[in-house]
Amino acid sequence: MINQSELLDIQRVRADFPILAREVHPGVPLIYLDSTATSQKPEMVIQAMDRYYRQTNANIHRGIHVLAEESTAGYEAARVKVAGFIHAPSARQVIFTRNATEAINLVAYSWGRAFLSHGDVVLLTEMEHHSNLVPWQILAAEKKLRLEFIPVTEDGLLDLGVYHSLLELQPKLVAFTHMSNVLGTINPAKEIIRLAHQAGALALVDGAQSVPHFAVDVTDLDVDFLAFSAHKMCGPTGIGVLYGRKELLEAMPPFLGGGDMIKKVLLRSFAPNELPHKFEAGTPAIAEAIGFGAAIDFLQSVGIEKIALHEQQIVAYALERLEEVPGVKVFGPSAEYRGGVTAFTLTGIHPHDISQILDEQGIAVRAGHHCAQPLHDKFGIPATARASFYLYNTNDEVDKLVEAIYEVKHIFRD
Amino acid sequence: MDDLYRELIIDRYKNPQYRGSLDPHDIAFEDDNPLCGDHIKIELRVDPDHHVSEAAFDGHGCAISQASADLLLESIQGKSLDEVKALTKQDVLDMLGLELGPVRLKCALLSLKVLKAGVYGLGEASDELVE
Repeated sequence: MINQSELLDIQRVRADFPILAREVHPGVPLIYLDSTATSQKPEMVIQAMDRYYRQTNANIHRGIHVLAEESTAGYEAARVKVAGFIHAPSARQVIFTRNATEAINLVAYSWGRAFLSHGDVVLLTEMEHHSNLVPWQILAAEKKLRLEFIPVTEDGLLDLGVYHSLLELQPKLVAFTHMSNVLGTINPAKEIIRLAHQAGALALVDGAQSVPHFAVDVTDLDVDFLAFSAHKMCGPTGIGVLYGRKELLEAMPPFLGGGDMIKKVLLRSFAPNELPHKFEAGTPAIAEAIGFGAAIDFLQSVGIEKIALHEQQIVAYALERLEEVPGVKVFGPSAEYRGGVTAFTLTGIHPHDISQILDEQGIAVRAGHHCAQPLHDKFGIPATARASFYLYNTNDEVDKLVEAIYEVKHIFRD
Repeated sequence: MDDLYRELIIDRYKNPQYRGSLDPHDIAFEDDNPLCGDHIKIELRVDPDHHVSEAAFDGHGCAISQASADLLLESIQGKSLDEVKALTKQDVLDMLGLELGPVRLKCALLSLKVLKAGVYGLGEASDELVE
C-alpha cells in the first residue's frame, strides 16, 4: 500500500511546466510521452537561464569584474549541485561535457587511447544506445580491440550467466547502460560493477536514462565512470556530465585542448590544468550549467524517490492497458524490472504511421530505432513506437494513448 | 490525417501491385531511410530501346514509403530511362496527392531516390537526386 505522503502532487508538478498548457493543434492539448528523448523544462529552469542572460552574462574563471565573478560562482555552484545529486565524493570529479554521448567519447578518446592496446577486450551489451557503442567501435578499429557483448534475453533482461563467462576473457572495461532507452530494463548495475571489478575490469555506466528517473549514488555503486545529460532531467540541452573516479581522471591525458584546460602554455608544450578544468577546454555552456543547477534544485524539491515511485506506478498501468489492445506487442521486461518506457509494435502498421496518427490527437511519441539499431535487429523488427513517462505524466494520458491506438487500428481497417 | 491516410495510400500499402522481385533484372538498387529504418529495393527490366518493361520493389517501412514505391513503379511502366531520370519530387507528391512535412517527405521520396540512383548507375543514393 502506498503511503499518501509518498505520492506526487501531480497537478502542482504539471503547473510548473509551461509547455504542458499549450495546444498542439486547435483545441488539442499536448500529451507529451517522449521524455526518454528529452524532458520538458520547468519554469524555474527557464527563469534561471533567462536571469543569467539578463543580469550576469560574462565569461567565467579569468574575469575580475562582478559579472565574471557571479557567472563563475553560478557555474561552479551547479557543479556542486550535480555532485551532491549523484553523491560524488568531490565536485572536482564532475566534468561538464556537451551531453552523455560526449562524456562517453571523452573516456574512449582519453582513457581508452592511453590505457588500451591491441587485443584488449571491451565488454558492452546488446541493449546499448549508439552513444555507448559507436565510440568503442571507433576505438576498437584504431587500437585493434576486441568488443564483446552481454546478450539480451527474450524478455529484455541482460543474460548475467553469459556475463560471468565473458568475464573470463579478462576485459579491461565493462560499459553498459543503467536503463535501456527502448526496453526500459533497469540493469542490476551494482552487481555488474562488483563482478567487473572482481575480474579486474573498470566499469562505465551510461546513466542517461537512470539519473533523471531514480536515485543514483556513485559511491554506493562504486562505479568508475558515469555519463548523463541535463536535458533528460528537466535541464537544458547542450550540457552533460562525466563523473569519474579521481585517480583515473588524474591519470588520463586531456581530451580537447584549448583555453581553461591548461595550467601553463609554452610555444611547444603545455601543462594541463587540475580537475575538473583539465577536461573542459574552451568557453563552456555557462547558462546551461546554471539551468542544470536549477533543474537539480527542482528535482530535489519534488523528491527523486517520489518521481521513481510515480513512474513505476504509471509504467505498470501503461503495460496493463497496452497489452489489452489486440495486435500490440510491448518489448521488454515486466514492470518490476522496468523504468518508464514502453516501446511497442502494432501488427501490420508501421510505427511511423502510428506516431503520425497519434500526433493528430496531440500525443507525442517517438517512432524509429531510438538509436539502438542492433537491439531492434536482435528482436527482428526495424522500428518501434515508444511512449515514455516522467514526473508530469498521468494515467489519464495513458488512457488517451490507448484510445488513440484504437483509432490507428480503425484507420488501417484492422 | 484523413488526407494522409486516405484510401489510395492504405490500399496500396495493404495490396501493393508491384511488390516482388525480378530475376534476372537489368537494374537493381536499394537504400534505407536512416531516420526511421524504411528500406526499399527496386529492380527493373529494360528493353533494348531503353524503356522500362517491368519493375518490382521490395522492402519495409511506413504506409507512405511503401505506397509511394508502388505508385512510382506503376507510373514508370513503358517509360524511357530518360523520362525516369527526369522525375521530380513533385511528381511523387502528385501521385500521392499529398503535401508533406520534411520528415515524412523523406519517407515518400525514398523510392524515387532509389530508382534514380539505380537508373543513373550510381554507387550511392543522395538526397540531391530528389531535390
